[in-house]
Amino acid sequence: MSAHSHLDGELPHEPERATLEGRNKVLGFWLFLGGETVLFGTLFSIFLALRDQVGDGNPTGQELFKLGTVAIATFILLTSSLTSVFAIQAMHRNHVKAMQGWLIITVILGLGFLGLEIYEFYEYIHEGHRFSTSAFSSSFYTLVGFHGAHVLFGIVWISLLIFQVARKGLNVVTAPKVYVAGMYWHFIDVVWVFIFTVVYLMGKVG
Amino acid sequence: MAHAHPVKRYTGLMDWLTTVDHKKIGILYLIAGGFFFLIGGFEALLIRIQLWKPLNNFVSADTYNELLTMHGTTMIFLAAMPIIFALMNAIVPLQIGARDVAFPFVNALGFWTFLFGGLLLNVSWIAGAVPDAGWTSYLPLADPTYSPGKGVDFYVLGLQIAGIGTLVGGINFLVTIINMRAPGMSFMRMPMFTWSAFITSALILFAFPALTVGLVALMFDRLFSANFFNVSGGGNTVLWEHIFWIFGHPEVYILILPAFGIISEVISTFSRKRLFGYSSMVFATVLIGFLGFMVWAHHMFTVGLGPVANALFSIATMLIAVPTGIKIFNWIFTMWGGSIRFTAANLFAVGFVPTFVMGGVTGVMLAAAPADFQYHDSYFVVAHFHYVIVGGLVLGLFSGLHYWWPKIFGRMLSEGLGKLTFWTFYIGFHLTFFVQHFLGLLGMPRRVYTYLDGLGFNSMNLISTIGAFLMGIGTIIFIINIIVTAAKPKTASNDPWEDGRTLEWSIPSPAPEYNFLQTPLVRGYDALWKEKMDGNTGMSPAEPIGPIHMPSGSILPFIMSFGLFVAGFGFMYANNEWTGFVKEIFASHAVAGLGLGITLTCMIIRSLKDDHGFHIEPEELTKKEVKE
Repeated sequence: MSAHSHLDGELPHEPERATLEGRNKVLGFWLFLGGETVLFGTLFSIFLALRDQVGDGNPTGQELFKLGTVAIATFILLTSSLTSVFAIQAMHRNHVKAMQGWLIITVILGLGFLGLEIYEFYEYIHEGHRFSTSAFSSSFYTLVGFHGAHVLFGIVWISLLIFQVARKGLNVVTAPKVYVAGMYWHFIDVVWVFIFTVVYLMGKVG
Repeated sequence: MAHAHPVKRYTGLMDWLTTVDHKKIGILYLIAGGFFFLIGGFEALLIRIQLWKPLNNFVSADTYNELLTMHGTTMIFLAAMPIIFALMNAIVPLQIGARDVAFPFVNALGFWTFLFGGLLLNVSWIAGAVPDAGWTSYLPLADPTYSPGKGVDFYVLGLQIAGIGTLVGGINFLVTIINMRAPGMSFMRMPMFTWSAFITSALILFAFPALTVGLVALMFDRLFSANFFNVSGGGNTVLWEHIFWIFGHPEVYILILPAFGIISEVISTFSRKRLFGYSSMVFATVLIGFLGFMVWAHHMFTVGLGPVANALFSIATMLIAVPTGIKIFNWIFTMWGGSIRFTAANLFAVGFVPTFVMGGVTGVMLAAAPADFQYHDSYFVVAHFHYVIVGGLVLGLFSGLHYWWPKIFGRMLSEGLGKLTFWTFYIGFHLTFFVQHFLGLLGMPRRVYTYLDGLGFNSMNLISTIGAFLMGIGTIIFIINIIVTAAKPKTASNDPWEDGRTLEWSIPSPAPEYNFLQTPLVRGYDALWKEKMDGNTGMSPAEPIGPIHMPSGSILPFIMSFGLFVAGFGFMYANNEWTGFVKEIFASHAVAGLGLGITLTCMIIRSLKDDHGFHIEPEELTKKEVKE
């Protein structure tokens, strides 16, 4: 496969920016995250507008939210952000095995977060907090669920990348992919910080 | 090296389905957008036939609501935006001296999602459940209680899918313009059309996600009994208006800024003068884009947001008149003292200026909140936005199409037919919409399927209908022009207008698939014009002739978008009145899941399978150059 020749040899210091395709991908992904910011901003606005519309006899956020579970989930997700940083650092040092290892830990932490979230939703539904219960419940599940779907997407994506790097190795084609996946993972962490604050902490205060 | 890696190159229909070439995608956008423009125009004519006399019963009230909703939605999302994207695709990479766009695959994906979204929306006519809640789809009218059929579902899902295409298209152009400019093409040397494409793409990026969320919320309300806009469940109908217009007002500037860019190019070329006040033009474009996000509530003056909010949004809206005014004066000063050629393209451009000023003046009138209470929901508003969208954008697009047609297709449109298109369309336009200002001031409400005799509306409505038909004739002449031109040989030279100023006129018409044999070295604003003035025959190259890397075509964007189309159907008809097996597969969300599965599988294939593209070797390049 002589067409691969430009991929062989020494990996440059920042492999994600070594080619124009790589630079395009990174910049395009920053812009995409700009759009995602508007998306979540709108979801937050809707939630803030509707969060007091609980309806008669339905559980309020104050009654529902268990900060313990949510705090553990937050801790797990923030840690996964750190492990994804380690993965990118390993990539920059061209330590493929270490990078894969950190990515696997990131995925496992992501799965842990997702499991806690599913468990949390399951509990809420048993307490009468269904998707169609009230405007509060609809906007809650949509905001937090959109974030959860993003986490799920990230897990699938990073898993595929681990598989891909195992097959093709780290080169100027795969490195930008890993890098932007890392950006994505940080972004969903930042969104979660806002969810934790706006939805759970503010909800608990009432 | 590259020959060791042979790439299958498609021909015929498969070539068009798999193409990732921005110039071909531009043509696809033009065909699809043109098709929807004809549908939307036909709907407009039916509306005007219904209104030509009082108490007419040409169409029923329900059909009228459907026509009016689909006319607005189709024209904005499926006609105007795609034709803008057609010109952006065809021209922007050429203007910045790039061989390609940043994301050719994503570019194709953007086109196909737009097309399948648009088809889904229009399949509603066949399915017999047409959206009928207006293009703004206000609540509670669009909620399951007042719009129980599938009509609004078609609106929600069709626009959602088409919106994805627009969003990724916007990102593609932002990155292309930031990262792929030729050496020397600094931001402040970029042609105005490229600048407007840049700002429009930024607006798309920050406006469309709001629509996405709004549509998701409406979809959840309709399909999964959520309560976002359901007042009995604690929802809020005004929330929809906010979300819709936070998207919807920037959308207006997404539409008009490219027209500003086109007009700047055309007027400058055909006045044989540098664009007057280029940097103020850039500044004004950026400022309009910025202010465009701060005026959404002027669509909601009568909702009752209170005097403070109304006053602030009123002032912000009036502020936009300042940068727009700068542009108008710049165009006039560009023409001033120039040796003007009134080609068809320039007629449209020059005709645009006074027409757009009229639309702008009524805009400022509407921006005055107290006065708006009088104009609101009357034909005055209809007249205003048709003056800016048809009199602004559509004239701009006609101008751009006549101007760049030789660059896109290698053939010059007939000037005679072009001028005839202009005069019929232009006169028809003013006949149709000028009188509507007065109909509005007399109190004729918009969106109502008929009116009573003796209110003084009759003759003006008749004039308006006659004007609409004249616009239709203008469009038909344009189509005849296209057909006549298509039969001619491809004889357009590199610079068929002979006064080309920008890089696209330095390469053959139509551009070869790699655009530039050698990346040009840009030495100033109006790059080609500068070389001409310095006595050079063309651009000086910034690189020696070498192998050119090209991306390979892919059918995946088509299949991916088709998957979304299937998923849209699946979700919509999960709740259906059919029987047996068909009911089951829809009700169990199997169809929706299948559609999403198709899309996700394509994404995975795309991620795992590297596209190495192929190289065009120098020998092939020089051979082609000689042949052409």
